[in-house]
Amino acid sequence: MKREIPLIITFVAGVAFVLQYFIPHYPFNRFENIFSDWFAIVGAFAIWLGALSLMKLCLLNISKKSHDWPISLLIIISFLSIVIAGAIDGFHGLNSVPATSFRDPGTNFDWFYQNVYTPLSSTMFAILAFFVASASYRAFRARNTAATLLLVSAFFVMIGRVPLGDYLSGWLPERMQFSQWANWLMAFPNTAGQRAVMIGIALGTVSTSLRIILGIERSHLEG
Amino acid sequence: MDGAVISTWLAALLTLGIMSFVYKDNLYYKICEAIFIGISAGYWFITYFWDSLYRIAWIGVVHEGRYVLLGGVVLGAMMLMRLFGKIGWIARWPLAFIVGATAGLKMMVYFTTNAMAQIHGTVDDTMVAFGGGDLYDLIGRLVILIGTVTGLIYFYFSKEHKGLFGGVAKVGTWFLMITFGASFGYTVMSRMSLLLGRIEFLLTDWLKLVK
Repeated sequence: MKREIPLIITFVAGVAFVLQYFIPHYPFNRFENIFSDWFAIVGAFAIWLGALSLMKLCLLNISKKSHDWPISLLIIISFLSIVIAGAIDGFHGLNSVPATSFRDPGTNFDWFYQNVYTPLSSTMFAILAFFVASASYRAFRARNTAATLLLVSAFFVMIGRVPLGDYLSGWLPERMQFSQWANWLMAFPNTAGQRAVMIGIALGTVSTSLRIILGIERSHLEG
Repeated sequence: MDGAVISTWLAALLTLGIMSFVYKDNLYYKICEAIFIGISAGYWFITYFWDSLYRIAWIGVVHEGRYVLLGGVVLGAMMLMRLFGKIGWIARWPLAFIVGATAGLKMMVYFTTNAMAQIHGTVDDTMVAFGGGDLYDLIGRLVILIGTVTGLIYFYFSKEHKGLFGGVAKVGTWFLMITFGASFGYTVMSRMSLLLGRIEFLLTDWLKLVK
């Protein structure tokens, strides 16, 4: 029961979505609608599972007074503050006429989003610039033909997308300027590589999906 | 001190806290990181509650009488069983549903949008190339054809990459390296742009050094 039922569920869900693609009529289109809603609901519970697991881990750290337990406490306080704000704003919005959203400007939830979440998330990605710069130093070494092509391609894309590029190559005919090199590189060789990768991914996805639906690939049911 | 000033100061202090990691891992960074983790988890927790659980499940079942949605709620509740050790295996059922549905959906989507559409685009480009146009365009479209075919040959691992086949596959790797270089270049630029945005916020909104 622990193995067979999940395999049947995987098969039915997978086949339902494949069938509705080929036969977009009753009853298969109904299956697709129902399963799409189920998908959204189960997905929401999966996000809840992740958040609640985090809370469980933090509470465990605090109860054990383990190393960095105040950090765990801070995570719980931050979590609860935005959840309470969002819950109150949401309920308040349901009772107001016309109904408002918890995301509307001026709500407490929006304050957290604008002044805490956005600065933290954008800075977190921004500091990757420093690590990308150090990675570039290692990656952009012309050791062989392939590495040289990587270097040249990245150089033209970067220099061609900033005003400095055309400033430096302004004396050349228009088609020879850095921005034009970058455009050509993006439009043709880059497109070719992207297409090869995309077709490869698609074929891989089809074969892996078939293996999953037919129950040959079962790794997701382990653990 | 009005609310806007407090908000700007809070955002600036959090920004500096994350940036302090560039120097080294420190307590200030750890505090900001903990706030980020908690706020992110809470943000998605409440967003999915209102957008999916309330809007789809609650309204669907209670207000519209679509009791079939209870199946999704039951599967979702089973997912939470993962939190309890002994009955954690029940979470395999909703996981099986998610994996099966994703496999069925993505199989068709990827096959049509990635495989078929890209092959169609490549054939189309080739036909246009031989149908007229300037030399610049002709060379470009031939480059697409050669790059796509050689790139695909590189991904064919059922035959050893030796001789003529190996040579063609090598040309494929060159095209792939150009693509990776372009993607890397774009990534560097997007991260730099985000960094400039944060520096601009600190200098303009917080310190008011730039107007």
